Amino acid sequence: MIAFDYVRPNSAKAAVDAITKDASAQFIAGGSNLVDLMKHGVVAPQKLVDISRLPLNSIEQSGNNIRIGALCLNSEVAEHALIKEKLPLLAQALNAGASPQIRNMATVGGNMLQRTRCTYFYDLAMPCNKRQPGSGCGALKGYNRMHAIFGASNSCIAVHPSDMCVALAALDATVIVAGSKGERKISFVDFHRLPGDTPEKDTHLQKGELITAVEIPVNDGFAKHSLYTKVRDRASYAFALVSVAAALDLQNNTIQHVRLAAGGVAHKPWRLMAAEKYLKGKSPTESNFKAAAEAAMSAAKGYGYNDFKLTLLPNTIIHTLKTIAGV
Amino acid sequence: MTNDNTQDKQEQPGELLETRRQFLKQSSAITAIALVAPALVDAAEKKLDEKAADIFEKVPLSIEINGKQHQLSVEPRVTLLDLLREQLHLTGSKKGCDYGQCGACTVHVNGKRVLSCLSLAVMQDGKKVTTIEGLATGSTLHPMQLAFIKHDGFQCGYCTPGQIMSAVACINEGHAGSDDEIREHMSGNLCRCGAYHNIVAAIREVNAKGGKS
Repeated sequence: MIAFDYVRPNSAKAAVDAITKDASAQFIAGGSNLVDLMKHGVVAPQKLVDISRLPLNSIEQSGNNIRIGALCLNSEVAEHALIKEKLPLLAQALNAGASPQIRNMATVGGNMLQRTRCTYFYDLAMPCNKRQPGSGCGALKGYNRMHAIFGASNSCIAVHPSDMCVALAALDATVIVAGSKGERKISFVDFHRLPGDTPEKDTHLQKGELITAVEIPVNDGFAKHSLYTKVRDRASYAFALVSVAAALDLQNNTIQHVRLAAGGVAHKPWRLMAAEKYLKGKSPTESNFKAAAEAAMSAAKGYGYNDFKLTLLPNTIIHTLKTIAGV
Repeated sequence: MTNDNTQDKQEQPGELLETRRQFLKQSSAITAIALVAPALVDAAEKKLDEKAADIFEKVPLSIEINGKQHQLSVEPRVTLLDLLREQLHLTGSKKGCDYGQCGACTVHVNGKRVLSCLSLAVMQDGKKVTTIEGLATGSTLHPMQLAFIKHDGFQCGYCTPGQIMSAVACINEGHAGSDDEIREHMSGNLCRCGAYHNIVAAIREVNAKGGKS
C-alpha cells in the first residue's frame, strides 16, 4: 500500500471541505472495501478522510419513514429491533452479505459505495475501463460467469455486489447526501448508474458529496410478506450469482402492491418494474408468478459464461414469490 | 564465500530499510542544489530530513490492547494486524490472506469481532482491542480455548486464533442457537484442514454451558 495522509475531521461539513479541496482524497468509514482495494493497488488515494466518528449512526422512525444514518454498521442495522420488525427484507439482505466480521466493520454508506468484485477490475494486468478508462473490458469476451445480464455496455459488464442495496432498491429508499452546496435527496433506484461509456463512475454522487442517511418508507403489508433469496456458489460468505428481493402487499388474495429487485445481474441493483406491473392487481398464483418472471427477463442478455443466469434468475423470482405467498 | 562478500550481505538489509529515507534525502539535496541553498544541503547532511520524515509520516495512536494501554506512533497505512504482529510482537493473530477473505486475523475491537487485516491502526485510536493473547485469565484458558482442545477443533492450527476469537463473539452475539446458525455465523473463518465439524462441536458445548467450559 502506498503512503497517504490521514485526517479525521470532527464534523460532516469539515469532512466535505477536506474532500472538496483535494482531488485525490477519499472518505474512509469501515474500510473493509477501500483498504482491500488499496492493498491491491486498484485505487491509490493520496489522502484518507476518516468519517467513521461522525454522528451519523442513529436509526429512528419519523412518521412513515425509517431513517438510517450512513455510518450505522451493517450488523447494527440487521440486528436492530425496529428494522427486524418493520423492514425484515433489509435485515435479511444485510445478513446474507459478507461475514459477521465484515458486517461489524462495513457501514450503510460504504456498502452503497463498494466497488464491483469483477476479477478484471481487481487484476492490474488486465484491461478494465472501470479501473483505467479506455483500456478495454477484459470480461466482455473473457470469463464472465459472475457478470451482468441487464443494462451492460460494450465498455463494462460488471455487476454491483451489494445485497443490502437490492433490498433498498425494492423498498423505494431515498439517499440523503450533504455537499458543499447543502443537502439533496436521491431516489435509491437513481443513485447507482449504468456503465454506458463511463463505467469508472458507479453512482450519481458528485465529488465532495457525503452520504448522511437513507430513508425507507414503511409498509406493514410488505413487512408481513417479504423475502430475500440469494443464490451463490457456497452456502455462506460468497457474492450472489443472482439474488431477489421481493415484497407483496396481499389483501383478499389480491396483490395490491408488489416490489421486486434483483442483485448480481447489473451494474446497479435492478428493479424489475415490468414484473411488478404485471403482478399488480392479480392473484398470487404460480402461473402469474411465472408470467411475471418472463416479463422480467425480456431485456436480459447473456455473454457466454453467464448464460445460466437467464434461467437461474426467473427460477429464483418464481421460487421467492411462491415462498412469500405460500403457494 | 569470502569474508568480503559476507560483509556486503550484512550491510544490505540496513541499506534496504533506508531506501525511502535515502530518496528523501537525495531529492531534497537535489532541490537544494538547484536552489543553491547551502542550508538545505547542510540539513540533509545532518539527517534532519529523517527526523522530519518521522514526524510527518507517523501519527500518534493511543490504544488499549489486552488491558494494557499503549502510546504509539504509526504510519497511516499500517493495518491493525501489522501493528499487532510487527510492532507489538503479538503474533497470535495470523496473517492468512491479508485481504479479508479468511478470518485468521479476527480480533475484538470494543467487544466486536473485526478483521484486523482490513482495519487501519490509526482508525483504532482510543479503542480497546482483544487478541487471542488476551483471552485467557492468567494461566487459566478461556472456556472456548479449552473446548477447542477437548473437541480437536483444529489440525494445523493456523486458523485457530481467528476461529476462537470469532467463536467467542458468535456466542456473545447470540448466534450459536443451532448447528446451522453456528455454521452461518462462523462462515467468515475458513479452515483449510477442514476441522469445521469439531469447531461446531466446541462452540455448541460452550454455548450449552452458558459460555462456560
